Order: sequence, then structure tokens, then C-alpha cells
Amino acid sequence: MSLGSAEVAKIAHLARLAIGAADITSYARNLSSILELVAQMNAVDTTGVEPLAHPLEMAQRLRPDEVSERDRRERFQAIAPSVEAGLYLVPQVIE
Amino acid sequence: MHTKTIAELAAGLRAGEFSSEELTRALLDRIGRLDPQLNAFITVTTEPALAQARAADRRRAAGESGALTGVPIAHKDIFCTLGVRTSCGSRILDNFIAPYDATVVEKCQAAGLVMLGKTNMDEFAMGSSTETSYYGPTRNPWDLNAVPGGSSGGSAAAVAARLVPGATGTDTGGSIRQPASLCGVTGLKPTYGRVSRWGMIAYASSLDQGGAFGRTAEDVALLLQVMAGFDPRDSTSADQPVPDYGATLNDPLEGLKIGLPREYFGEGLDPQVAGVIEESLAGYRRLGAELVEISLPNAGLAIPSYYVIAPAECSSNLARFDGVRYGYRCENPRDLLDLYTRSRGEGFGAEVKRRIMIGTYALSAGYYDAYYLKAQQIRRLISQDFRAALAQVDVIMGPTSPTVAFNLGEKVDDPVTMYLSDIYTIAVNLAGLPGMSIPVGFADGRPVGLQSIGNYFAEAKLLNVAHRYQQVSDWHRRLPPVD
Repeated sequence: MSLGSAEVAKIAHLARLAIGAADITSYARNLSSILELVAQMNAVDTTGVEPLAHPLEMAQRLRPDEVSERDRRERFQAIAPSVEAGLYLVPQVIE
Repeated sequence: MHTKTIAELAAGLRAGEFSSEELTRALLDRIGRLDPQLNAFITVTTEPALAQARAADRRRAAGESGALTGVPIAHKDIFCTLGVRTSCGSRILDNFIAPYDATVVEKCQAAGLVMLGKTNMDEFAMGSSTETSYYGPTRNPWDLNAVPGGSSGGSAAAVAARLVPGATGTDTGGSIRQPASLCGVTGLKPTYGRVSRWGMIAYASSLDQGGAFGRTAEDVALLLQVMAGFDPRDSTSADQPVPDYGATLNDPLEGLKIGLPREYFGEGLDPQVAGVIEESLAGYRRLGAELVEISLPNAGLAIPSYYVIAPAECSSNLARFDGVRYGYRCENPRDLLDLYTRSRGEGFGAEVKRRIMIGTYALSAGYYDAYYLKAQQIRRLISQDFRAALAQVDVIMGPTSPTVAFNLGEKVDDPVTMYLSDIYTIAVNLAGLPGMSIPVGFADGRPVGLQSIGNYFAEAKLLNVAHRYQQVSDWHRRLPPVD
């Protein structure tokens, strides 16, 4: 399995990662070698094997649908890059 | 004071031989003197540490102290610490002052442990050498040209260099056991769910597990006693009673059945490391254990399946770092997409970006069955191998890592070669079992670790097995040449 520059650029876009044009080839090379390692999985036939998602196969716990957290907006927004009037600021999205 | 173990320091504090403040000052001085060459710490919390130490001394004077009140430790910089920078070794969190404490940090504080600082690590715990840290690599106290292992390399190096008697770590594919091995200290990765993940920055949530480093198994038992337990705030926390880990440390090993997987002693294992491991196993035979050859037939598939599952989970977990609510934001974003992509592109290092991209690819439309589903099926086969083996034997043993510590820069540009450093540790995370590494000798002047793997929630057994060996050996008392 080998990835080309166009595929790497597409994956980077899906992952919302800016990758410099100069670095695309080295990412393509490294990602391809990782996928080659991963391809060793194909050596074993797993037909009919149930996938394992949780090592102890425990079910997720449920809790009553009640408010359990206090409002800590001030503390959380104190570390935000840009806030105003209790809102997080980002570049304008809608004209 | 710095050469004493946690158990000895606790006894000294109890007997009034020294105060926590004196002890804390002595270790902070040592960190100030030696850490510039090791770089084991990202942040040293001098003032809060002294305040915690004085509070511990007051608690003792008031007769309110517990077993470990006033003993200093360090936390891996992956655990959130209220009011203290929690960087996870990344530029993207370089300015992140955590607004809350992780459960592990809270429990340590409640026990009266004094936090001296936050230790260095591979960025977001992705690495086996601590070289991917935004804060520069940590160096191995046994040889400053060697890596300490990773990702919890700062914690392992700090304990090895006697900067702290114990430290926390996390282990997703070997990140406690492998650096413990490479630095010649004792490290335990508990069963998945034994230690709360709340406030521990997530890498791969179905594999991540917090644990501890110490010089001895007895010290690790003391730390695990504080850290372990059910936490309703972590949805995968195990609701299981926590045994008294100290109570069984001295149980005899007569009749203990140790399984040696033939796959852990084959091609790829350094012959000198193999020799040291053989000698330590002979030591176990003298302690009354019986050695049995076993097989883990799918061991070779652990790394390939891990490098699908862990990246897939990380691509999802690390989506939260978007430059909007906290952490690094790029300069002058043109629009929202530019803000996301440049904040992430500039904030994450190369290895983190590689793993996010592998995970994004594996989970993208059309590839899910070939990668993620296949990897989870192999995960079941690996888990079944361990269940079958642990039905025959009490513990499984082998080398923690195929080589001793490698040199700085040796593998950092070749990710796949770096991944092979965790060839014996990764399967344990896939199965969710507890694993431990203890120092058992040296090859080329660099430490060798013996890994032991136990059944689910059998941490007490692993600690017992390690402790008995440390009663008849002195590898864990050897001092590295830094001073």
C-alpha cells in the first residue's frame, strides 16, 4: 500500500492539518511505510472473528439524565484564545 | 535523602528524622542541579511543592497524616493539574493551564503526596524515546547519549536519577514498561480501567492506562494503592475492589508457574539482552518457580493491529484541539478552515500528524472494514491467546524491550523502526492486561528490564513476584553515573 502526494493532501484536509508543500513527499513516504507494516494483518484469515472494541468487554455505564456539572464558564474561558461577552470568537463564518 | 525509597522516606517522616519541607527542598535542589543535563521535567512547581510540603508537615503535627503524607513525587505532564501548565509535550498545549485536577492528581494530593513538577514525554504520548517532545528530548541517566525510552521517559529518567522517589506515567503500548526497562527502574501498567482516566489527556482511549514508576515493587505498590479505584467520572473505570497491595508482597513463590512465550525469545531479540533475561529467570527458578514454555501465536500481529487502532482513536480524540476554546491558535487566520488547519498544523509535531493521518485514512469511507474492523478482529485473537496462556500459568515473562536504550537520533526519522521497540509490550494493551518491568541487569552498560504479565486485576500478584526477586537481587539499587 503506497500513498501518493495527492492522497496525502486529501487526508491532511480531512484531518484539518495544514501540511507544507515541501513536507508532503516525506509524509507520503512515512505513511506508506506504516501502511506496509499494517498490511501484515492480511496474513491471517479473520473470517467469522467477532471484533473486540473493549478489552474487558464491559458495557458502558449509564447515569440518570441529571445536571451534574456546575457552570464554570469563566474559568474555562480564561484560557481561551479569544472570547467576548462569554462567547468564543472565530473568524466570520456567515456574511 | 535522595537515595531512599518511598517506603524508607515515609518511615523517616513518621519517625521525625526530617520534615517534608526539608526533603522537598533537598530534591528541588537536586532537580535544579541535575535536570539541565537530563531534561526530565517540563515544569518544576517549586512554590506549590513547598506549600504542599508545609501543609503535609502541619497534617503530621496535628496527627492527621496517612502512610505517604509528605512524600514527594512527579506527575507525567499528561495529567491535568489545576492552575499548572499541562502541555502533554506539545506546542498546541504550551499555554494550557489546566482548569481542573485529574482524578489521579486529586487522589495523590488527598494522600498528602507532594508534587515536585510535571515530567517530559513524547508529544501526546506518541513515541518510544521522548524525542518527539516539544520541549526537547530527555536523556538517559545511565548514558546521556541514550534515550530514556518513552513515552513516559521523563518520569522514568527522574526516578532513575533519584530526582524523585516515584512518579506517575501512562501506558498505551508500552509507555511505562519500556522506559522503566531502558532506565533501570520498576514500572507497572495496571489492568485497563484500574486507574481512572479522568483528566488524563486521551491518546487511544481503549488502550490508555495510568500507572506508576518507583525504584522498587514495594514503592510501586504504595503508589498504586493511592491511584487505583473506581471513578464514576471515567465511563470505562472498573468497578472492582482494590486489594491491599502490601499484604501479599512477601508471599512465597514456590510452585509459581511462569510461562515463557517462545515468540518473545526469537528473532529480533538482542543476544546480550536474551542472556540477561535468562539469568533473571534462573533466579526465579531458585525462588521456587517453575518455568514452562508457552506460545502466543498471534504476537507478531500486535504491532500491525495497534498501528490501526491507536491512530484511529487518536484521530478522533485529537480533533478537540482546534484553536478555538484553548491551546495554540495560529496568527491572523483568514477564515475558520484556515484557523483549524494552521493551528493544528503548527501546533502538532510530525509524529502526531502522522498518526492522526493514518487514523483518518483508516476510518475514511471505503477503508473501515479493511483496517479498523480487521484490526479489532486481530485484537480478539491476541486477547484469546493470552487467556489461553494464563489458564495454564500464573504469570508470563520475557524481555520488556528487544534492545537496551538506543542512542538519541538513531531512530527518530524512521517511525517503523521506532515502533518495533514496543514489540513485546503492545499486545498487553490490546488485551487490557496488567504488565510490569523490573531491572534485572545490564548489557553494554545500559539497563535491561524483565517484563511480567498477569491476569486481569492481578496487580498484587505481579508486585509480589517482582518484590520477591528484588529481595534477592540488587539491580534496583544500582546508581546511574549522574551527580
